[in-house]
Amino acid sequence: MTASVVTLRGVAKCFDGRLAVDGVNLDVPAGSCFGLLGPNGAGKTTTLRMVYGVTQPSAGEIRVFGVDVARDARAVRSRLGVTLQENSLIEPLSPEDNLRIFGRYHLLAEPELSRRVEELMDFLELRSHAGVPVRNLSGGFQRRLSIAMSLMNRPELLILDEPTTGLDPAVRQALWARIRELQAEGTTILLTTHYMDEAERLCDRVAVFAEGRVESEGSPRDLIARHLAAETLELECDEATEAALLSDSGELRKMRAGNRLMVYVDDAASLLERVHGLGGTARPVVRPTNLEDVFLAITGTRIEEAEE
Amino acid sequence: MTISAPHALSVWKRNASMYARTWKLNLLPNFFEPVFYLMAIGVGVGAYIEEMGGVSYVQFLAPGLICVAAMNGASFEVTYNIYVRMSFENVYEAMLTTPVQPDDVLTGEVLWAVTRATIYGGVFFLVIALYGLAPMPGALLALPVVPLTGLLFAMIGVTYTLRVPTMDFFSFYFTLFLTPLFLFSDVFFPIEERLGGVWLLVAEVLPLLHPVRLARSCFSGTLGWISLWDVAYIVGVSFALFGWARRAVGARLIS
Repeated sequence: MTASVVTLRGVAKCFDGRLAVDGVNLDVPAGSCFGLLGPNGAGKTTTLRMVYGVTQPSAGEIRVFGVDVARDARAVRSRLGVTLQENSLIEPLSPEDNLRIFGRYHLLAEPELSRRVEELMDFLELRSHAGVPVRNLSGGFQRRLSIAMSLMNRPELLILDEPTTGLDPAVRQALWARIRELQAEGTTILLTTHYMDEAERLCDRVAVFAEGRVESEGSPRDLIARHLAAETLELECDEATEAALLSDSGELRKMRAGNRLMVYVDDAASLLERVHGLGGTARPVVRPTNLEDVFLAITGTRIEEAEE
Repeated sequence: MTISAPHALSVWKRNASMYARTWKLNLLPNFFEPVFYLMAIGVGVGAYIEEMGGVSYVQFLAPGLICVAAMNGASFEVTYNIYVRMSFENVYEAMLTTPVQPDDVLTGEVLWAVTRATIYGGVFFLVIALYGLAPMPGALLALPVVPLTGLLFAMIGVTYTLRVPTMDFFSFYFTLFLTPLFLFSDVFFPIEERLGGVWLLVAEVLPLLHPVRLARSCFSGTLGWISLWDVAYIVGVSFALFGWARRAVGARLIS
């Protein structure tokens, strides 16, 4: 069994009488990429904040690198890096200066400071605009810089709060590649994301949060098998047609969004044949079941109103 | 929580790096402000006043204005600037992902405000010395008063900033607190000649009075027991507020 880098036991957080996090237990194995999923307001960011010690749990215990965060946040934070949901950059200054100033918070001094700045400008491809004021740079560039800043102390644990939200596909691919490289070098990654494709690509394990609790946890493949089935048959049909189609299929997992029906089965072939029998309007598609299906099955399709 | 000097210094360096980029722009108004005051009030109004406190009016005014410059320098830094860094730029949120702790943030910011105050007040002193209004070498004793004034007003201001829910409250701070202090703290007229009895004791509460009296005593070579009280007030109030602000900054930055 590999050691856990982050351990949460019975962790709860109450804000003004509202339970934001409610009895969470988690183990993030060393060297893994662990994803926290869940709708807005489910408690993901609060959980991350408790891991690096800027939010204090109302109950429970959090250990990072075996150290009680409540007891020695400074020691814990010297070994981890955090990319916040919102970039916090010094806009009039260049990427290089931003990296340098951030490195000083970790008490890095020359020549090591410059060595790491150079190293990270290469790693996240910041060299092309190293001297340009940050306010003139694109969103993708600013995000890469934010991640570079959180790597200044060569963290053993990298926490990424929605690392690729709002970025174009090319930048996302590039960031995923960097995250995988870091993981290959032994960095443990703990991230939140609303993109299920991102979670499926990057994460060894995910925990699905809903209303402050972990509803389900495991590898993406495990969760699909546990909650749904390997294949998804999607089709257009009304509820009457659905009843006729599935009348003698026994208990099937399914989900409806408007007129679109998704049926989860281990082998879609026989069901597909019957759908073809319905005529041309069903427009069926068979695809592998993905994490997004699981996410919706667990958290529901209704829209959350609560704030994060 | 303990204060770590190197981490506090890294916070100070952040602000210093920003300032270093724009110091020419920032410093220029610092030069003109004292010139305007000395011209309009010292020379202009002063022409109608034979003497005040035993010296010409412009000489009376000079040491007090140095303290006002330091007060303003510190005050802008710990009110608007800290509030923007805290609430809009998420600067402290980012710092707190590193080993920097809330106490270090507070210490670094106060150190920076003292630095800004020293730059403001120092420039003012230079202009006044160039005008020949600073009797040498005695007036040099007033130089340490500049950072002390900065410290006092950094602590008063940051204590206020950590309490306010929105930025709108700073207009109260400036118009209802700093402006009356500026007008009624011995800068423009000797309050001991205007106030009597118990009111004179009440006036001792005014924070700006102490640095102004101290600076003027240095200029006139009349340092005495009351100067000791002035220093004690500045240091005492600053440290008392620092203790309070340490608790407040923890509550504000850690949820």
